[in-house]
Amino acid sequence: MSARPQPDAAILVEGLVREFPGGVRAVDGIDLVVGWGEIYGFLGPNGAGKSTTVSILTTLLPPTGGRALVGGYDVLKEGPAVRRLIGASLQRCALDPYLTAWEHIVLQGTLHGLSRRESLERGGELLHRLGLGEAAERKVRTYSGGMQRRLDLALALLHRPRLLFLDEPTTGLDVQSRTALWEEIRALANGGVTVFLTTQYLEEADALADRVGIIDRGRLVAEGSPAELKAQIGRPALEAIPAKRALRSRLLELLRNFGEPVELGDGEGVTIRLERGTAELAEVVRAVDGAGIEVADLRIHAPTLDDVFLAKTGRRLEGSKEEG
Amino acid sequence: MSATVVLAVARRAFVKTVRQPFQLFPLIFFPAILLAINASGLAAATHLPGFPTRSYLSFAIALAYVQGALFALVNAGTNLAEDLESGFFTRLALTPLSRRALLAGLLAGSGAVGVLQSAIYLLIGALAGAQLKGGLPGALLLLAFGGVASAGFAAGGVAAALLLRSGEAVQGLFPFFFVLLLLSSANLPRNLLHGWFQTVATYNPLSYLIEGFRAIYLTGFPAGPLLGGAAVVAGSWLLFGTAAVVALRRSPRAL
Repeated sequence: MSARPQPDAAILVEGLVREFPGGVRAVDGIDLVVGWGEIYGFLGPNGAGKSTTVSILTTLLPPTGGRALVGGYDVLKEGPAVRRLIGASLQRCALDPYLTAWEHIVLQGTLHGLSRRESLERGGELLHRLGLGEAAERKVRTYSGGMQRRLDLALALLHRPRLLFLDEPTTGLDVQSRTALWEEIRALANGGVTVFLTTQYLEEADALADRVGIIDRGRLVAEGSPAELKAQIGRPALEAIPAKRALRSRLLELLRNFGEPVELGDGEGVTIRLERGTAELAEVVRAVDGAGIEVADLRIHAPTLDDVFLAKTGRRLEGSKEEG
Repeated sequence: MSATVVLAVARRAFVKTVRQPFQLFPLIFFPAILLAINASGLAAATHLPGFPTRSYLSFAIALAYVQGALFALVNAGTNLAEDLESGFFTRLALTPLSRRALLAGLLAGSGAVGVLQSAIYLLIGALAGAQLKGGLPGALLLLAFGGVASAGFAAGGVAAALLLRSGEAVQGLFPFFFVLLLLSSANLPRNLLHGWFQTVATYNPLSYLIEGFRAIYLTGFPAGPLLGGAAVVAGSWLLFGTAAVVALRRSPRAL
């Protein structure tokens, strides 16, 4: 394989389509560009087309239309070159229950052209970093779900890939394991690895991704940094609940100086959209205090990626069980 | 195709089989038990005029080797189907591993299991008193023949797994081959069979495979039976190997 100059984009996708027999279009004309060293979050409900897109980008599934370049290599025509460049940890931990972690490491390393010594050195480092050092001699069938997920990640990283595909890496993990994995993903990105992360968890995309692409029914419906996407929805809202019901009308009147307040549905509080964002919060607090209105609760409701999804698709992402 | 890569896949295929007792048991003990039953129940057959030996054990032990090769088909197919179902195959598919190297590794692993089981049958035969006219060279030939035959039949298992995509479905093929085995010269020489049974046994390729193994025990190195057995092994490689290659080529990389 001849060396090729590094392309501008780590991933370049143009009009990507994957149609399955029966006419189902799991991926329906996606365009996206992922820069080197970026964490790109691919967010969408179950069945939106996230995993199909990852399967195409990792050469596991040929597209039926459009094109995709990974590291500058065409996924359809230059599969082996793509596979040398990438690491992938897919939804299901693809491990052999009858092998130990060490045996997985040596097999994976050999298939990627590493010597046994290189595999053991690099594998030992990864297993230690991911907290599997003491379990490395045990067969995988004795591992917990979190341990299997970490071993899967170690195997994906063994050959030092420049691009890492993580397909719903934290699904089914407990909070502690999820947090540990997030830290590891951040550390990888800081080390220069490009991460393409699919998730159905809003907080995961929000916490990790430099940019987010929101996919629904095979189409990219929104793209940008989490802050940009949320800014498209609007300014944060302030909710204020007076200590006594009798104070509500005074509070409502006062907040008119900052915009157009609305009474909350429960009839106890008032909400107002902060036109200048959170910077306006201090002014509101000072005004309320100056007017002598005692407040029981005051909270900022920032737009979430779920609000973005709602605005773009008319449906909520959280709790969505749609298949397709 | 790197030999190191093929060996790595072969090692893993070997380890996966030998670490599963429910796969190892039928592979080794079932043929041994059947041999024990046949040797004690059918020993009187040696008194029939035209029976080639006075030791039914020496005559019948060839069946164990062929049974072992047929188990290789089922085990290779079941293991691959499990890999497809569990996603482990996807892990392999995400590496630069070529399909040719994958197939070579899987067959080499099955061949290694075949050599192991042949060594065990050899030992059981020696302990039970089977006469090996081929001596030490014959023993080595039995090991090699067992390994190559197992690898050839394992290719059939690989093709079946890629086609059926289910471990249970692949296991369902075994009764077909077992019936084929019973309709061969496994229990009596063809010259002592009569009517339709003799006709079926004569056209049944497994008869020639059994007779190849058997000849090493009873005679040593007679060209005819050995060539017959070798032809069946070559045929299995050609037929099953082609089927496996075609099935692999037709499968998307993720399978």
